[in-house]
Amino acid sequence: MQMVRSWVVGFGRFWYDYIFGDDWTIAVAIFIGLAVSALLNSNHIVAWWLIPVIVFVMLGISLRRARPRK
Amino acid sequence: MATTGPIAVLIATFLAAGVEAIEMVTIVVGVGATRGWRSTWIGSAAGFGVLAVVVLVGGVALKAIPIGPLRLVVGALLLTFGVQWFRKGVMRVALRGFAGIGGEVYDDDAAEWKEPGIDWTAFVLAFKGVTLEGLEIAILVVAFGLGADQLGASVIGALAALALFGAAGLLLRGSVQRVPRSVLQLVVGVMLTTFGTFWSLEGIGVDWPGSDAAILGLLAFYGLTAALYFTLERRRAFGLQPVA
Repeated sequence: MQMVRSWVVGFGRFWYDYIFGDDWTIAVAIFIGLAVSALLNSNHIVAWWLIPVIVFVMLGISLRRARPRK
Repeated sequence: MATTGPIAVLIATFLAAGVEAIEMVTIVVGVGATRGWRSTWIGSAAGFGVLAVVVLVGGVALKAIPIGPLRLVVGALLLTFGVQWFRKGVMRVALRGFAGIGGEVYDDDAAEWKEPGIDWTAFVLAFKGVTLEGLEIAILVVAFGLGADQLGASVIGALAALALFGAAGLLLRGSVQRVPRSVLQLVVGVMLTTFGTFWSLEGIGVDWPGSDAAILGLLAFYGLTAALYFTLERRRAFGLQPVA
């Protein structure tokens, strides 16, 4: 039982690290972006630009937040 | 009714499968050079194994596989993971520069895996790259082969593309291995972000301008993004240095 639990915890931790990593806000922004892109696309609005813009903006925010404070 | 000749089908399948094979080899070589080859080979072999079973069991019914949802899931996972490496790569290369960092290995996800067990990160990345791209090649083979009633020529074209670009990847392996690990993490991060963006949006039915050529546009955009943030981070890092 203990082994199963540790395997499940390890499995869950692997996927959390894989998807969310050090900054969970980037992954959340990407998932929201994909949902909005699907919505735009279903309404026949050009949607390919949204994810690259989100990646650009979120990278900037995340890098800025990662800077050590003086 | 006129039918397409075997040479035309062979060339068409070779070119179409070549695009997918380049994507597959890029991911496998990038991940292998960064994390180490053992788990990358195991992940690739597992991917080809699953692919072989799917092709043998599915046969010509492969055309019915809903490739859209598969692209969305695989693309979204590659995208979220790729952006993490993109971000870490920018920070590390900005701090240490391109020169003199070849020997440094960090105890984290960019470091080569030296443990006795499986490196699941390398395994999953290679597995996904091989299965998705391989499945797309298999579907192309079935579509081209059945469409022109030239399944044999279609299979030969796809296998030739896989063999040629796979061999090219193996030849490039040594050169890629010599690139400093931090730089490699940034480059692979940019590539995974590019493929992840392309596949995930294709998966939800978005039409890319220029079709597969949009991958090059995305690569250029993310490359420029990396250069911009690298410059900003480097300027900030030097700003913190005491004046000599």
